[in-house]
Amino acid sequence: MNHLLKTVAYRLSLGLLTLVLVSIIIFSAVEMLPGDFARAILGQAATPETVAAFQREIGLDRPPVQRYLRWVGNVVRGDFGQSFASRVGYRRTVASLVAPRLQNTLFLAAMTALIAVPLALGLGILTALYRNSWFDRAVNAITLTAISLPEFLIAYVLMLFLAVRHPIFYSLATVSPDTPLLERLGRSVLPALTLTLVIVAHMMRMTRAALLNLLSSPYIETARLKGLSRSRVILRHALPNAWAPIATIVALNLAYLVVGVVVVEVVFVYPGIGQLMVDAVSARDIPVVQVCALIFAVTYILLNLTADVVAIVSNPRLLHPR
Amino acid sequence: MTLEAERAVPVARAVAFRASRWRGPLAGAWRGLRKAPVSAWFGLSVIGGYLVVAVVAPLIAPYGEAQVVGNQYEAWSAQFPFGTDQLGRDLFTRLVYGARNTIGIAVLTTMLSFLLGGALGLLAAVLGGWIDQALGRLVDVLMAIPQLIFALMLLSIFGPSVKNLVLIIAVLDSTRVFRLSRAVGMNVAVMDFVEAAKLRGERLGWIMRRELLPNIMPPMVAEFGLRFCFVFLTISALSFLGLGIQPPTADWGSMVRENATLINYGDVTPLLPAGAIALLTVAVNCVVDWFIHQTSGLRDEH
Repeated sequence: MNHLLKTVAYRLSLGLLTLVLVSIIIFSAVEMLPGDFARAILGQAATPETVAAFQREIGLDRPPVQRYLRWVGNVVRGDFGQSFASRVGYRRTVASLVAPRLQNTLFLAAMTALIAVPLALGLGILTALYRNSWFDRAVNAITLTAISLPEFLIAYVLMLFLAVRHPIFYSLATVSPDTPLLERLGRSVLPALTLTLVIVAHMMRMTRAALLNLLSSPYIETARLKGLSRSRVILRHALPNAWAPIATIVALNLAYLVVGVVVVEVVFVYPGIGQLMVDAVSARDIPVVQVCALIFAVTYILLNLTADVVAIVSNPRLLHPR
Repeated sequence: MTLEAERAVPVARAVAFRASRWRGPLAGAWRGLRKAPVSAWFGLSVIGGYLVVAVVAPLIAPYGEAQVVGNQYEAWSAQFPFGTDQLGRDLFTRLVYGARNTIGIAVLTTMLSFLLGGALGLLAAVLGGWIDQALGRLVDVLMAIPQLIFALMLLSIFGPSVKNLVLIIAVLDSTRVFRLSRAVGMNVAVMDFVEAAKLRGERLGWIMRRELLPNIMPPMVAEFGLRFCFVFLTISALSFLGLGIQPPTADWGSMVRENATLINYGDVTPLLPAGAIALLTVAVNCVVDWFIHQTSGLRDEH
């Protein structure tokens, strides 16, 4: 047990270190701005005084280390600063922009995960069970194609056939905070379906690969030679040992959702954080971009960390050290 | 990025490459090709077709790349095979020129990424020690941020332009190339002939180029195909978001965005550039699959 705790603690501290380093990289975004950036934001007509005032406002007059510590301190307390779109008499805090969007994105991601994870695991187990059958080949060919397709193609094909030509679902996923839950679910069907198709392919193929990998081990051959049925070998002998890789696969693919969400939100005009980030990048609204990048990166790192910890904890060799 | 996790094993296994199969010059290649499955033939012919279109684009295209020739959003007709876009430019012409621009930029980016990542990876493999450690940790941190998100952030800093796009994606993608080239380079770097070359007093560049590189070619070639797909899809996604290749350059990702509104009228036109992207990535994947199979003797079941 002690050994296990030590391994987990080591992995967690590595994760924490990564988080700190990544926050430094994202913070340095402001450092790397080209010299004429203030002018680009304020317009060519800006006087030197306005430029200086703007630079003071975003804190460029203090040393970087001091500013980094302040930024981290503020972020931890939930104060993300002001959007560059703020003007006198029109204050937009980054937090007020991000908070509702983040909820929407989490809603979409949760909905996708609830559909995709059981579906992918089921398909993965079935294809491993009936490997090299026509079913396996068909699922493999379809998922290999789905992996190669750009997200926006899947999104527009679904939109064309399931919303425009056959109006079954809403083509645009415009939801607002006061949309009732049922309508919200209905409007999010197509984006969720697109994301599902994107990650099921990966998840299913990796589940199948993890199972097949196990099936080549000697103890499985023994079980076979004992005369056990194929399904019993997979479900009772292989699967319990496959949970660790499968948990890793699920976490990795949920992390992949983080990236997929950007394009899909833009296609369906879903008011989530991905769309916010794209808009902020076009407007070069750096504080908003930084916070969005930080949220995406932290989610990604935490999911990967979870995958690692699950893999460590579910390893029986670490649970019962000699 | 889960793609590479899944591919890592077969690619690494391709190191155990049976040299004899390709040793005979063209004859060996042709023998392998004749036995190739349908999917590989399909992939090769699609890639060939795209390359021909990209090279002779001005001969095929009926109009100029950014020439306004009709009204906005005209329907498909004999004059405009796939109609016109939001400014009245011929869509077929732009599709043809898009092959040149989109594929060209993606290939350039992938090559830059391999040059950078491959050189650093082999350097880390040969030298080892603190250089290897430092590069490895740097790559770990860079890979902790999702690539598309990182690219978006960098684009917001440096501003969207083709030059920035190519450099940003190449640098971010080189982290993956570094990982692979270091891993397969390591396996070769411990062999006696590398040791002998070191003792002979060969220079570092010579060892990397003449001792390591030829021995890691098969997995690197397979990886080139996969990285190309990934880079191609990333650039298309960024262009689709309006942050990649900028107008008036004809590019498939931006074309989907520009014509997307037609979807709401049940028109399939915006799916054409998206389909062109998809067809190429599927084709490259088919060829890479076959190549990995060929070079590693790998079968699905063990």
